[in-house]
Amino acid sequence: MKTVTLTMTNPPELYLEGQNITPDAFAGKTAAEIAAIDVWEGKLKSPLGKYFTVEGNGGATAADTKIILRGDCSRLKRVGQQMTAGEIVIEGDADMYIGGWMKGGKIHVKGNVDSFCGLAMEGGELIIDGNAGHHLGSSPRGEWRGMQGGVIRVAGSVGNDTATFMNGGTIIIGGDADIHVSTHAEGGTVIIKGNAKGRVGGQMVKGNIYVFGKIENPLPGFQHIGEVEEEVDGTKARFIHYIGDLGERHPVSRGKPVYGNIYTRV
Amino acid sequence: MSEFLIKNGFVFDPLQGIKGDRMEIAVRDGKIVETGALRHPETIDASGMTVMGGGIDIHAHVVGPKVNVGRLFRPEDKLFKSPLKRCSRMEMGFSVPSTFKAGYDYARMGYVFVNEAAMPPLHSPHVHEEIRDTPIIDNAAMPVFANNWFTLEYLKNHEIENNAAYTAWLLRATRGFAIKAVNPGGTEAWGWGLNCENIHDPVPYFDITPAEIITGLIETNEHLGLPHSVHLHCNNLGNPGNYTDTLDSLKLAEGYTPKNNFGREQVLHATHLQFHSYGGDSWGNFESRAPEVIDYVNSHDNITIDIGQVTLDETTTMTADGPFEHHLRALNNLKWANTDVELETAAGVVPYIYSPKVKVCTIQWAVGLELALLSKDLMRTFVSTDHPNAGPFTRYPRVITWLMSRAARDATMKTFKWLEKTIDATSIDSIDRELDLYEIAQMTRAGPARALGISNTYGGLAPGMDADIAIYPLNPENMPSDPAEIEKAFSRCAWLLKDGVVTVRDGEVLTEPAKRTVWVDVKVPENAQVQRDIYEHFLRYYSVNLDNYSLFEEHLFNPRVIEVDTTE
Repeated sequence: MKTVTLTMTNPPELYLEGQNITPDAFAGKTAAEIAAIDVWEGKLKSPLGKYFTVEGNGGATAADTKIILRGDCSRLKRVGQQMTAGEIVIEGDADMYIGGWMKGGKIHVKGNVDSFCGLAMEGGELIIDGNAGHHLGSSPRGEWRGMQGGVIRVAGSVGNDTATFMNGGTIIIGGDADIHVSTHAEGGTVIIKGNAKGRVGGQMVKGNIYVFGKIENPLPGFQHIGEVEEEVDGTKARFIHYIGDLGERHPVSRGKPVYGNIYTRV
Repeated sequence: MSEFLIKNGFVFDPLQGIKGDRMEIAVRDGKIVETGALRHPETIDASGMTVMGGGIDIHAHVVGPKVNVGRLFRPEDKLFKSPLKRCSRMEMGFSVPSTFKAGYDYARMGYVFVNEAAMPPLHSPHVHEEIRDTPIIDNAAMPVFANNWFTLEYLKNHEIENNAAYTAWLLRATRGFAIKAVNPGGTEAWGWGLNCENIHDPVPYFDITPAEIITGLIETNEHLGLPHSVHLHCNNLGNPGNYTDTLDSLKLAEGYTPKNNFGREQVLHATHLQFHSYGGDSWGNFESRAPEVIDYVNSHDNITIDIGQVTLDETTTMTADGPFEHHLRALNNLKWANTDVELETAAGVVPYIYSPKVKVCTIQWAVGLELALLSKDLMRTFVSTDHPNAGPFTRYPRVITWLMSRAARDATMKTFKWLEKTIDATSIDSIDRELDLYEIAQMTRAGPARALGISNTYGGLAPGMDADIAIYPLNPENMPSDPAEIEKAFSRCAWLLKDGVVTVRDGEVLTEPAKRTVWVDVKVPENAQVQRDIYEHFLRYYSVNLDNYSLFEEHLFNPRVIEVDTTE
């Protein structure tokens, strides 16, 4: 695997739209060619080299390309958008839309990210060592087909509207979640190791939510049906099992309605 | 002003019966003229290309409030589908494009006239504001009548003259073009949470049947002698087994003959007939009854149709058929909008995915093509996708390709998950007919222009007509073997002259000549009764004042008035 190192030496005054910073766009290009790739600051298009120094050439394919981002990337958006393979490491904080519409490969952010990260993700892995903002692993505005697959792992806490319209994949949150988790979900799994504030699983049709801590304000549309023991992300524990959202439609499989599940640790 | 001489092209003009002759077309000051009238023309070399009049879309939802609801509540329809700016305005959206994109895309396809399929009268200012913002193409808009309280009351008492006076007033108040009927009576019944299941199911409170509404509207239309006929969206749209209701509706036109000075030959235009030609009694045994329906149309000269072809895309359905949209929402569980327009109509919007993996969708695809391919008179059978209900209008080139090429149909059918069942439920596999360019010109310009009553101005290439000329990079003597080339040629015309101005060249919009709003101004004898009814209804029922209802002149953009005088 070949490594391209981008170091932010001339941070933008506005925010930088970095949807072209992907292994797919870098594959087969030399450092000089990569420095000529377009990025946008506001509505102005510039070559990537205006903001970053570029070291190393891309690999032959996306899968063969690793990108390391250094320096202050806290005003950099959309890194890894629609990437299909390869690897990206951001050594500090990053802004919004990191790993949006990601289909494969791996992104590792060593700091915090802002909102809309992992939006409409289809596959791959997004690892965030810090906190994430709102709409993590959510669906884009208006879209009813949210996250389809892949894994998002956040070590810290997340904002609101996590996993809206989730259809598949897994989101693991080390800390707490703010309101609205898995709203309208029709599949997928969200694991919250800390507490959740409320409105968890609103209008949920299918899917699973595990909360290791407490749900501060549980929704009335969920019904307590018993206790189960399960292994969740390597931890074996007993959970109280709720089904719902009973106010929503539910598909029938083998004669039985399928519900969304919320499990809270005993 | 400018003069052009289009040389060497293969000319197709069904209005004059020209079938691919190599002849010259002369243009002067925005009109087509005799070649001798030119002095110093600029020459356009169309050798090896097809020359037709500008395209006419008889039925599309491109402007107005429900289209805008579609735009607003489907931001995902724009995501990654908005090309970089190429013209003077940004373009965005796929199934519900922005007004600007709609104008540019029609022009790129060589279209010059689009008839907006449903204008809620109360919201006509919105319709006209969007017409102004739709560049290049001329627009007309049809106000909806078949659920309007005035119309229901007059027709219940069979007061055709009064209904005609009201119709004339409303056409002027909304700057409308023709009488549109959407689910006659059913949309009003929806106000009670009901629908009219068939054409003899009476409307609650008004106690009039859809059949009476349809015949009343036909009589009104022929009493006035409007350019276009009644434009009917039949009852019971989209349901299995609805072909009997459709045939019942079409039979209502029997015995009526067209009375007008515009060359129109039909008394009823049945729109998006694909949605109305289904057999079976459930989605399980859903099947095509297109042959029965088109047989009836073939043998009755006073009816025209457009097909409403399903294009197998993800699209956004929108119609004034409020109950149907609510029914559709329950089928696909997606987001939805539904509204009532006081005293007049209703509307609904629901996204829909026509998937080649779903049997019902692939049968619908076949039904539309059957209607066109089994038609014996393509001057009465028009291309449409009921944009955006069965697919976006930008797929017309693909629809044309399916009609022109059995190979293209076969290639599409290969992608069907339920191919065998689709073949069993339809006759599509037994049809080898491939339409030629003359027949396509009938279905996309000459026919619609005649049915709309505008064939003296649009849809052909005779001297005196508007110089709206589309030139496609297709050689009729050497048609491409790859159907994709046909689609490409109709998607991006080589030249489009709009009002004698070179508007599109090689599929790119060069200039944006002023577009027009076409409307019909009917002069009727003074009718005190109707004047009083209008005054009273506004006083008692409407939430707006009569003085604020009619369109203000500043809303109307570059009007072209078609005058009808019934007082003579």
